[in-house]
Amino acid sequence: MRTSVLARTGFWLLIVAIVIFAIFPFYYAVISSLRSGQALFSAAVWPDSVSIANYVSVFTGQPFGRNILNSVIVAVSVVALSLFLGVTAAYALGRVSFRGRGLLLFTILSVSMFPQVAVLSGMFELVRAFGIYNSLWSLILSNMILTLPFTVWVLTTFMRELPKELEEAAFVDGASPWTVVRRIFLPLMWPAMVTTGLLAFIVAWNEFLFALTFTLSTEQRTVPVAIALLTGATQFELPWGNIMAASVTVTVPVVVLVLIFQRRIVSGLTAGAVKG
Amino acid sequence: MAMSAKSTELTRARVRSAWLFLTPMLIVLALVAGWPLIRTIFFSFTDARLSSISDYEFIGFANFLEYYEGEWYGVIADPDWWRAVYNTIWFTVVSVGLELVLGMIVALTLNAAFPGRGMLRAAILIPWAIPTIVSAQMWGWMLHDQFGVLNEILMTFRIISEPVAWTASPDTALWAVVMVDVWKTTPFMALLILAALQMLPSDCYEAARVDGINPVKVFFKVTLPLIRPALMVAIIFRALDALRIFDLIYVLTSNSRDTASMSVYARQQLVDFQEVGYGSAASTLLFLIIALLVVVTLMVGRVRLGEDPR
Repeated sequence: MRTSVLARTGFWLLIVAIVIFAIFPFYYAVISSLRSGQALFSAAVWPDSVSIANYVSVFTGQPFGRNILNSVIVAVSVVALSLFLGVTAAYALGRVSFRGRGLLLFTILSVSMFPQVAVLSGMFELVRAFGIYNSLWSLILSNMILTLPFTVWVLTTFMRELPKELEEAAFVDGASPWTVVRRIFLPLMWPAMVTTGLLAFIVAWNEFLFALTFTLSTEQRTVPVAIALLTGATQFELPWGNIMAASVTVTVPVVVLVLIFQRRIVSGLTAGAVKG
Repeated sequence: MAMSAKSTELTRARVRSAWLFLTPMLIVLALVAGWPLIRTIFFSFTDARLSSISDYEFIGFANFLEYYEGEWYGVIADPDWWRAVYNTIWFTVVSVGLELVLGMIVALTLNAAFPGRGMLRAAILIPWAIPTIVSAQMWGWMLHDQFGVLNEILMTFRIISEPVAWTASPDTALWAVVMVDVWKTTPFMALLILAALQMLPSDCYEAARVDGINPVKVFFKVTLPLIRPALMVAIIFRALDALRIFDLIYVLTSNSRDTASMSVYARQQLVDFQEVGYGSAASTLLFLIIALLVVVTLMVGRVRLGEDPR
């Protein structure tokens, strides 16, 4: 009996340790963002001041609202494009057997293993050639390499698991493949599309290397670049209060989204990886 | 007879439409992945510069290695490149190893039944959901040499006697990067392992429990061998990700030579020094290293599968 009490205490201590490890950094960012002026340097782990001065100065010191809007535009466009291309391709890859399908799936999977930097100079040339340097279009285009392969892959695995009889009847009735995808598969694919869409959104929302390289002016930056390059009143001192306020501002929506859709996300993550 | 002729015609029509459906996706993929990769490899044999990217000359393998007046030049002869290779591999091995162990502990905890399990799973998703740049900045502040809370806590408990400059000192900077990466990606590892754990048959655990076998022994003799394939997939995924690390290092240790990864090195040559040819050569080498690793793991994996009687 005594060992069981000991074991149970140990188990709960482990859980407490995991929770502290997981949420302390974010908690500390929140309380730091609410400290302004000298209070910022207190390093106490309890909230000891509440001031929104840092939040005000983030939005007035630079076009941070504009940066958030840029990130939203890029991420939403990337998600919409990836899902459209992903669903049509997944229909072909998941429901029709044709020669070269395995090779095609393998190629798509291997693209998701490309290091971003390996396409950087080629992409830079492409962006220049299209005349979209320093515009959001360059980011929408380049982010596709990150989201498209896994969107296609995950949607294909979902599509493959749907019963075979689904489209047979419709085809016998003479429906075109496009009608079949739109009328039969799209309604069934919504859960899978929400999951992959969310994952693609998070990838595009977090993307840094392309955004750092293909944008130049403060107004065109997305959130990650804006936060990484946030500068203070003087060149030698980083405005930590502002950085924390900006970090909390852009993280809260994502964390809320993830917590709402946690079941879906977990299944999507594991489906993409385990079956991949 | 008529029936089968009709069905082959139907199949043929479906294959045609399949290619039609695939075309837009393939065009986009070729545009954003295939073409830029080919151009990057192409640029690695030229002396192109960023300001005049269309104005270049072929210089053969000079970006990779060249012997000129008694000295070796090129990426392969650059000690900074090898430093970056070493940093990247060290980071990959240490961080993926730690994530594996910690992820396993978290997954085993989550696999047990206890009140509040859903809340624990939600809590560990938070680090995963936080953008990399944001976690780099958050930790950069916590690791601050003068005002950082980590130094404060460690000094309160007298684990260290004076503040440590975590991200600035060469001895600890790479460890700081590992710490943040472990914090951010352990949840992913834990969820993958948890998914594998939940697919295990419960009857052999019942049997082991009835026979009174030590749980630690059960873990090493039963659980670990059963989830090994899933573990391998998770490790490969994470390792490929870790090998191309860029943003965490770039923000946390601000482009320092001591912590530069291969991606940081390549981008620095390409953008900061404007050397598109030289930077492309480094990018091409990184691509080759990763491609080689993928091929090797695939081959090893296939051999294993071939040996496996199941």
